[in-house]
Amino acid sequence: MTEPAILKLENLGVTFPNHPVFTDLNLTIHQGEFWSIVGKNGVGKTTLMRAILHQLHPTTGKVSYLPNAGGVKIGYVPQFRNIDSDYPLTIKDFVGLNLTGWKWPWLSRKEHVEIEHILAETGLTKLAKRPIGQASGGERQKAYLAQALVESPNLLILDESTASLDPVTKTELLDLVIELNQRLHLTVLFVTHDIPMARKYSSQYLMLTPAGAEQGPISGLTQEKVWEGEKNV
Amino acid sequence: MFSYEFMRNAFAAGTIIAIICGIMGVFVIARNMSFLTHTLSEIGFSGAAFGVFAGWAPLNGMLLFTVISSVIVGQLSARSERREAATSAISALFIGLGILFLSLANKNASYATSILFGSVIGISASDVQQMLWLSILVLIIVFVIYRFLKFDSFDHTGARVKGLWTNTLSITFLVLVALSVSVAAQIVGSLLIFILLTLPAATAKYFAHTVGGMMILAVGLALIGVWAGLTLSYVTNYPVSFFIAAIEAVFYFLALGWQKLQTAE
Repeated sequence: MTEPAILKLENLGVTFPNHPVFTDLNLTIHQGEFWSIVGKNGVGKTTLMRAILHQLHPTTGKVSYLPNAGGVKIGYVPQFRNIDSDYPLTIKDFVGLNLTGWKWPWLSRKEHVEIEHILAETGLTKLAKRPIGQASGGERQKAYLAQALVESPNLLILDESTASLDPVTKTELLDLVIELNQRLHLTVLFVTHDIPMARKYSSQYLMLTPAGAEQGPISGLTQEKVWEGEKNV
Repeated sequence: MFSYEFMRNAFAAGTIIAIICGIMGVFVIARNMSFLTHTLSEIGFSGAAFGVFAGWAPLNGMLLFTVISSVIVGQLSARSERREAATSAISALFIGLGILFLSLANKNASYATSILFGSVIGISASDVQQMLWLSILVLIIVFVIYRFLKFDSFDHTGARVKGLWTNTLSITFLVLVALSVSVAAQIVGSLLIFILLTLPAATAKYFAHTVGGMMILAVGLALIGVWAGLTLSYVTNYPVSFFIAAIEAVFYFLALGWQKLQTAE
């Protein structure tokens, strides 16, 4: 049985002054799918994510979240964050930042349990009290992932989140994501340049090229196709 | 020392200021807004000078100028790359205006000195009461928006992605800083206000690793600075703002040294 669609892009286009980033993009994403979004730098991957996050108004078309299972909650994991070595918060506190709402300033017992649960899911329990400024690149990315997951999203966007990680840490993080994808039916959009990783973990792909977009089952995505698409200006 | 009413008032005012600055300072540091805080204090000076010129209490002039300008600064500097330049321009304009209003008000240099560097002698019981109400107002607003403010201050990227109203939060926070500046300027003076709004929190950052912990430590450090500063000033007759500045700076440098030792180990 096909899972319900949760996100639909219809004739979506974004044009910056005198420069169309992409046009006429149509895409339907169903719950539990793992999409890789590929394409060379400057082709509009981040712009697309911003449109999906409603951070910019598309020039044409629309992005709609289809009502299902209490609405769509998005978790977003970027590649970088402004966190230097002086940054004071512990990993646990950083993860808890995402628990907002008109509540008391302090976290409730239930919220503490939620944070501890997500720290355990992401393998961060032992590091909970470490200041995030002193954590390694991989630990930080896990903390960003945990923060994105703490409010139980049903759509997770990894925006080049693994780009600066070494191969072992990258695999560890994506193993974690695919496990959540399969166990919790979490929908994933994985923005990446890493075609082997995309092939290993995704079920579908969307390739953005200067000439247009192409999508399909992941088996159709090859490195050669990406190079070809990049040349196709 | 406490047999004098002005010293009792100064201690009460100092305690209120230390609490408000310790709490607000944590967000000022997290949002990298030390420079903007400095500018708001200069605007406070201009507002106080305007108050004198218009025949108002200096605090009311300060409140008027800092609150209006915090909204303007917030609008002008929504884009961070423009923030420093826009802040410098506004700062220059308001220092100039402050000098103009003082000159128009025909007040002498010692009056300007007391606005700029603070004075403990002039604090009346009604001033303390006004500061108390303003501080309670600031604390209530912080209490209500605490989780949003915390998220946006400590992880702006995450807060934006979540769709929090970060621009509104930013302007609300600037207005709260403006109110705090006006309150705190009564005792440490408008030019040295950024000491209490930045240094205790900057020091606390090296020792506490939760937002609540940083606030408690920052309030504690501010209280020590203010109480010790007032006492030393009473005993020696030297300016209170000198002692507060020196104590808070020493705390900060000790924290930096401690941090260096920790990372060297």
